[in-house]
Parts: sequence; structure tokens; C-alpha cells
Amino acid sequence: MELLIQAGIALAKILIVITVMLLTVSYLVYFERKISAWIQNRRGPNRVGWYGALQPFADVFKLLLKEDIVPSNANKFIHSLAPFITLFVSFATYAVIPFGPDIKLFGRTIQLALADVNIGVLYVLALTSLGVYGLTFAGWSSGSKYSLLGGIRSSAQMISYEVSMGFSIAGVILLSESLRPMAIVESQYGFMWNALIQPIGFITIVVSAFAETNRLPFDLPEAEPELVGGYHTEYSSMKFAGFFLAEYANMIIASAMIVTLYLGGWQFPYIDKFGLSMGLTAGIQVLSFLLKMALVLFFFIWVRWSIPRFRYDQLMNLGWKVMFPLSLLNLIWVAALIMIFNI
Amino acid sequence: MIEQYIPIFLVIGVSVVFSMAVIASSKLFGPQRPDSEKLSTYESGMKPVGGVRERISIKYYLVAMLFIVFDIEVIFVYPWGVEFKKLLGEQGISALVPMIIFLVVLELGYLYVYKKGGLKWD
Amino acid sequence: MNIYDIVFYLFAAITLASAFVVVTARNIIYSAFSLLFTFFGIAGLYVLLGADFIAVVQLMVYVGGILVLILFGVMLTNKITSVQIKTGTLQVIPAILGTALMAGVLIKIFTGTNWHSQMAQYPTKTTAYALGHILLTDYVLIFELLGILLLIALIGAATIARKEEKAS
Repeated sequence: MELLIQAGIALAKILIVITVMLLTVSYLVYFERKISAWIQNRRGPNRVGWYGALQPFADVFKLLLKEDIVPSNANKFIHSLAPFITLFVSFATYAVIPFGPDIKLFGRTIQLALADVNIGVLYVLALTSLGVYGLTFAGWSSGSKYSLLGGIRSSAQMISYEVSMGFSIAGVILLSESLRPMAIVESQYGFMWNALIQPIGFITIVVSAFAETNRLPFDLPEAEPELVGGYHTEYSSMKFAGFFLAEYANMIIASAMIVTLYLGGWQFPYIDKFGLSMGLTAGIQVLSFLLKMALVLFFFIWVRWSIPRFRYDQLMNLGWKVMFPLSLLNLIWVAALIMIFNI
Repeated sequence: MIEQYIPIFLVIGVSVVFSMAVIASSKLFGPQRPDSEKLSTYESGMKPVGGVRERISIKYYLVAMLFIVFDIEVIFVYPWGVEFKKLLGEQGISALVPMIIFLVVLELGYLYVYKKGGLKWD
Repeated sequence: MNIYDIVFYLFAAITLASAFVVVTARNIIYSAFSLLFTFFGIAGLYVLLGADFIAVVQLMVYVGGILVLILFGVMLTNKITSVQIKTGTLQVIPAILGTALMAGVLIKIFTGTNWHSQMAQYPTKTTAYALGHILLTDYVLIFELLGILLLIALIGAATIARKEEKAS
């Protein structure tokens, strides 16, 4: 019985988080278009609904009513499987990200995270490495040169930056002594944010996050001028929507991970000293998590419209010759800090 | 400990169902009027030239090999990382020595690959 | 039969079925693809055994690294999918002898072992702590030897790159 209640609570949390996430994803697309319009001194979507606020739904319905075209020389099974893997990975990753402290409701303690596993950080890394397959299979199965090149480029790019991402996470682990996201957040009490303690690691993880999510300036897998659409050239209808959705869901996960690991997670500096009630404290902490995430997402969009795309050799050089040594340096820096200051 | 993983399995299950629903819905509502032009491979309006699966550069293979080596290196850093403060308390500065040797050995390999031009893209 | 048994059989079934596809599939990309599920199933089994760190390492190294390497190998090679992967020589009798011998040894071990049937105590914190501790105290020499092993792999990788430069 206890197990059933636990599972019920878990399921309720999952459904809430997935609904919120789908809404966030669709409005992230809307805000990206609005912000890009603002940066380029245009108006952006403004026809559907109030200031174009219903545009994301219009887009989804349009894609839903489009014909699903599978090229005749594509491998049909793998062609449908690729967007499935990409979508699955981006939604399953969200399981371990904590978005608030423990709260008490109806006499039980409820964690504001879908699952608080001991190896949460590594779970994210493992699923990210699974994400490579969506793009690679999409590229291979489409039977188009553009797709194949895009797919292979993206997998090489993603695995290159995964190494520096791994090392910058190692720096965080040295300080928190735990692989549990909740413990990592708790270790950043007050202003002990990892971004302030280990700025090099912060820079490497942000750059790696851009590369892992295939965002500009690193969106080589779908560089329009040379590869048309990259790995999703031959996709249409909801399969294309799957890739599109996953790209924005990945952005949300990347920003949530950056906030959790480096920007103090749901912690609001010294909130427990204000003497507020527990419910209010928890509310402010969840809000501060969402606000930090929104700021990181805004940064993602801002960079996209400010920095031109890298060339592929520049991208690989940056990954292996700059980011990788920097992330190692960060590890040594953190170890030295621990030995000197005993933090 | 195993109870921690029940939500994870649930999330995985829900994600599988949701992703399948999205992919399946592409066949559900849209029209299905295929013709041979529509189903041909896109190549900027031209008839596709040459084979589809041309050979690609060995560099990609090299990147994958480098990735495996450094990924394993990172994985060995994690268990050391979670124990580092405790080991430092037990053994003092010598807690750092084995990891420093391990990292230096691998970074020698990194420098070797660098000098041999393994990281050069053109 | 409790919930752990059900989950165990589920993962075991995934592992075995996909491993069967790996060796029988005609198309090499299908083999590579079902290998993904084999690795995934094994990771699930590790989780059930309480070896959480190894489970994640299994995913990170095998799924994230080695299988990508295999896929690149498939993609690097032209028209590999149209080639029938079937060896010309079929050594039926030696194969039967070999597998029979192997099966005999395995069955002997399986029946001869005194199995501990009670459930092991699951560790409350991740096994990474214990692993880190023994790696840097009792098994420090093995740890350094691992570093050397990885160094050799790197040198091998560099050699491949150099060969291509000579060719071009």
C-alpha cells in the first residue's frame, strides 16, 4: 500500500512536470522568436492571439496536419525510431533535476524533484550520451547526403564536448562530495555558488552545453547554408516536430543543469534567515529556480542572435584544444582550493 | 536504495509512451498522398549525384576513440572526487598523488596525439 | 514473485532478445542498433543488483563511446549494408564441440556453486564512495596501470591519424 501511494505521488509529479515542460517548450519557441525579433528590430509573431501568444499552438496544429513523407530510399524503421530516441532522451533526463526543497503536505514529506537518486548527475551524463543516437540514426537512415553529414558531424561534436562537460562536473563533485543533485544544491548555501568559486568550470560547462544542445554558434549539424537542414532534412510532420520539440526541451534541461550545478539550484541566498513561513520559503525557492533558469535561457537566445556560426574545424579545435585543457585546469584549481582553504 | 529508482523507471515509461504518441500522430491526421517525386531524396532540386553513403574521413573514428579514453578517465575521476575530502583528512597531501600520476600519464598521451596532428581538422 | 523479480525478468528478457538479434541480424546496422538495447538491459540489471555506479558507467562507456565507435565504423565503410555478413566457411563440428565444452563447464559451475539465496543488503549511499576509497588505497597500483593502458590506447589512436596524413 505504501508503495502504491509512493508510486501515485511520483506519477502525479511526473504528469505535472511533463505538462509544465511541454508548455514551457512551446512558449520558449515563442519567446525565442519574439526576442530575436526584438534584437533585430522586427515585430515577430503577432497575428495569432494577443501579440501572437497562441502562435505555438497554431504551429503544432499545422505540423499535425502535414503529410508525413518518408523518402523511398530511407530505412523506414530507423527513420521513425530516430526522433523517438531524441524525444525520449530529452524527456527522461528531467527525472533527476531538483526544482525545490522538501515540502510537507498532508503529513508527508514530498521532494520537489521527480527522483532523488544517488548518482543523479551521472544519470544525466549517461542519457546525454544516449542522445547521440537520435541524430546519428536520423542522419544515416534518411538516405540523403546532407542528413548523413549532419548526423556524423553532430555525433562527433557531441562526444567531443562531453569530455569537457564531464571534467567540469567533476569539479563540482569535489566540493559537494556527492553525485546527488539535491546534495549538490544544498552544498551551495548562501553565495557559495560554484560559478563564483570555479569560474573556469562555469565557462566550460556553458560552452559545452551550447555544443551538446546543437545551438548556435555550434549548430553545425543543421547549418542551413551548407547542409540544408542537416540530420532532419528528410523529416516532416510530427517527426520533424519531435526533433524541434527535443531541441527546445534539451535547452531547458541544459539550463536546469547549469543552474543546479553552478548557480545554486533552487537556493535563494540566506532565505532561512528572513524568518518566513515554510510554505513561503519553499515558494520563493522554486520561483528563484525558475527565474535563474529563465535567465540562462535568455542568455542562450541572446547568444544565438549575437555570435555567428563557427566553422567545423574551429569547433573541434575549440573543444579539444581549449575547452578540454581548461576543464582539467578547473579540476586542479578546485583541488587546490580545497587543500588551501578547507572549504 | 532500490526504491529511489522506481520514479526513474516511471519517468522512463511515461517518456516512452509520450514519444511514441508524438511519432505515431504524424501518420494519424495528415494526408497520405505519396508520389515518386515527393519520395525522392532532396538534393537542392537536382537528381541525386553518386552514392548516398559515401565514405567519410577517418578523423571521426579517431574522435570517437579519443572520446572513449577520456570518458573512462573522467569516470575514474568521479569516485576519487566524492572521496577526496575524506582521503585528504586521512592521508593528508598524499591523497592527491595517485590521481596526479593518473592524470599526468593520460595528459602525456593527449600531448602525443596533439603533436602527431591527431586533433588537427582541415 | 515480487516486483523486483518482474523487473529482473523484464531486463533479462530485453538483454537476451536483443543479444539474439545482434548475432542473427542480416543488416549490420540492425546489429549495432540492438546492441544498444543489450547494453541498456545490462545497465538495468546492474541497478537491480545495487551497483548503481557501474550501471551508469556501463551506459556512459559502452553506449556513449564504444557503440558510437562501432557505428562510425559502419558508416565509414562504403556500402557495408549491402554486403551479406556471412562467412564462407562453416565450421559446424568444431563449433558444436566448443560450445558443448563451454556449456558443460558453465553448467558444472552453476550446479556446483553454493548459491547465497538471501537478498544482499543494498548500500544506502552510492557505491562510488567505496570504489573511490579502494581505488586510491588498496588498488592504487592497478589504478595507475589502468592509466598506462589508456595511454597505450591513445598512442594507437595517434598512429591511425598519422597514417592518413602520409596517404594525403
